[in-house]
Amino acid sequence: MSQFTSGFWDLYIGVITIISIIACGVLLWAQSVHKTSGSETSGHVWDEDIREYNNPMPAWWMWLFWLTIAFGFAYLALYPGLGSYRGTLGWTQVKQLDDENAEAQKVYGPLYERFAALDVVALSKNPEALAVGQKLFLNNCAQCHASDGGGSRGFPNLTDKDWLWGGTPEAIKASITEGRTGVMPPLATVLGEQGVKDVAHYVLSLSDQAHDSLRGARGEAHFKTICAACHGADGKGNQALGAPNLTDRIWLHGSGEYAIAAQIANGRSNQMPAHKDILSPAKIHLLTAYVLSLSAK
Amino acid sequence: MQNSENSYNYTVVRQFAVATVVWGVVGMLVGVIIAAQLLWPELNFDIPWLSYGRLRPLHTNAVIFAFGGCALFATSYYVVQRTSHARLFSDGLAAFTFWGWQAVIVLAAITLPMGYTQGKEYAELEWPIDVLITLVWVSYAVVFFGTLFKRKIQHIYVANWFFGAFILTVAILHLVNSAVVPVSFWKSYSVYAGAQDAMVQWWYGHNAVGFFLTAGFLGMMYYFIPKQANRPVYSYRLSVVHFWALIFTYMWAGPHHLHYTALPEWAQSLGMVFSLILLAPSWGGMINGIMTLSGAWHKLREDPILKFLIVSLSFYGMSTFEGPMMSIKTVNALSHYTDWTVGHVHSGALGWVGLVTFGSIYFLIPKLFGRKEMWSVPLINLHFWIATVGIVLYIAAMWIAGVMQGLMWRAVGADGSLTYTFVESVKATYPFYAIRLLGGLLYFAGMLIMAYNVARTVMEGKTFEAAIPAPVHA
Repeated sequence: MSQFTSGFWDLYIGVITIISIIACGVLLWAQSVHKTSGSETSGHVWDEDIREYNNPMPAWWMWLFWLTIAFGFAYLALYPGLGSYRGTLGWTQVKQLDDENAEAQKVYGPLYERFAALDVVALSKNPEALAVGQKLFLNNCAQCHASDGGGSRGFPNLTDKDWLWGGTPEAIKASITEGRTGVMPPLATVLGEQGVKDVAHYVLSLSDQAHDSLRGARGEAHFKTICAACHGADGKGNQALGAPNLTDRIWLHGSGEYAIAAQIANGRSNQMPAHKDILSPAKIHLLTAYVLSLSAK
Repeated sequence: MQNSENSYNYTVVRQFAVATVVWGVVGMLVGVIIAAQLLWPELNFDIPWLSYGRLRPLHTNAVIFAFGGCALFATSYYVVQRTSHARLFSDGLAAFTFWGWQAVIVLAAITLPMGYTQGKEYAELEWPIDVLITLVWVSYAVVFFGTLFKRKIQHIYVANWFFGAFILTVAILHLVNSAVVPVSFWKSYSVYAGAQDAMVQWWYGHNAVGFFLTAGFLGMMYYFIPKQANRPVYSYRLSVVHFWALIFTYMWAGPHHLHYTALPEWAQSLGMVFSLILLAPSWGGMINGIMTLSGAWHKLREDPILKFLIVSLSFYGMSTFEGPMMSIKTVNALSHYTDWTVGHVHSGALGWVGLVTFGSIYFLIPKLFGRKEMWSVPLINLHFWIATVGIVLYIAAMWIAGVMQGLMWRAVGADGSLTYTFVESVKATYPFYAIRLLGGLLYFAGMLIMAYNVARTVMEGKTFEAAIPAPVHA
């Protein structure tokens, strides 16, 4: 695809560039053929005592200048530079990337293909596979899930048995490949300030934590009609929707009345990005095994 | 105080010279603080105004435009008068440039920590301040070229070519890159979009280095070295060629800041080719300055001001060699985004710009305050050595850190995956951040020594305006 809106700009850049480099050479040449007065000063005096010699330009310096000019012409013949002229090497930065990727695929591909042929559960117990998987995890996943997979607020812990979207090899692989978007709607207007607090206390009661039983009782009614749709009547969640289990005392976005009430009132949209365009299927296969191994210990 | 056409306007030169020292202390102090923050992030005390992201542009603006800018105003006003045998074109306009520029600096020091920024490196200041900069800069051009226009010496001295090119080009750079659409008094959006915005920004950014920090300071070099060494400039011919080649070629070099990005490949290539062609023109200035001393090398042993001036040229030569090398795509693939870039900038900023400024100010202050020499010459010597050691520690640490980061980021293991995570490269950089802080502290200490020496000299001095001598025209 041409980077220019018309043939004019193409020519404009090419011509100006060539003239400009030639101009550098002409300047140097024209000034170097003139004789200079050398160690006699020019006769001009500034500020009472500043004078100038007119020594010839050092030969090595002129050679350096010529060398860079020659390099410029050679480079612009080989590489893209003069408008849309592509250069005799046919180099582009995208092609360089593709070539390097193809080379890497040739060198490292067989290793990943060998792992890809094995079952995820078997791989999750294979020390060689896990060593490679850990490298992938540290470079692609640790930014959010922490280098030990322990996660942090808003970023799920991968080392426990609690899974938002399922902990089977298939579910984990789908999470990595396609990403996940967990959405909880904001309920502040639906429930009102008191309603939000009531539901929060009911949610606290689900995991047997200290709560106001009167509020909890009032909140239960709301829960059964609104929240149960995703979190289930028993509050144990629904992995098909990524709705968390509310009975296990594991809190992704913070525990306690205040954090829970805020979550109910404001809702949440939490995202795990898709990796299918970043990692090859074979690498995702290996990562799945590594993630699986984190909670197997 | 005389105020006639028979004397030079030293008032504004004095003001800018003293301001150079004051802002030098401030700018370098902020530099030391952010260097310490990289080592101990807690030093932002969880106060937004003290966060690294806000103090870093404050540091760069303070050292480049406050310290460097005041030094350029002071020296260009002094040099253009003395080499033209003419008083500044307009005392009133010259005074406006001083107070206007100080206002710009103070506004920058307030708005940057508050988080007001255009988000363009070295062009962060929001549009109302940009308007003020434009007014000051146009006045500066009128004063400078007006003085040249009424000169009594027929030939325009080479230092003034460089000052003139610097003033004209910075005006163009500022106007083009700061073109924005204001949406409120403190918020605006660039008129350019995407890759074009990036290209305009780095066309500006690299020429800020080329004209503000190079051409302007070469003007300084061309006056103060022959003056202090009492030797004729080495080669008029060389100055002609390297001047025209330098100002012409610099204009093309900006795209080397955008290798391997969305910038079209032809633009990347042109940036690289002209950056390499720039090597010889850059070195022309170094050769001319250093060779001016030929036949008088012994003066380097006794004269600390000459030490500053000549060693600054060595750093200039080193960074202008390093720059073209880093513009080569394959080298850039290693160096880009690492601390090598920071090291490169500081070998130019601390080594070239800083040292040539110190030398020039040490020359100027006694002249401007009617003293024979600085209050303490040994303190100049001490400043020289402490600054030089500081620079070496600083840039060596950043070179090693930068190359190490570049190598760590690209290292792959037998399985083809990256050997190191990013945070491991941060951890490995820690010791070098400590060395850099030490180097910065030494350099800052030198600046404090200078401030003390200047303060003592000024206190014992008197203000006056030197008479313009009758032309000694030959």
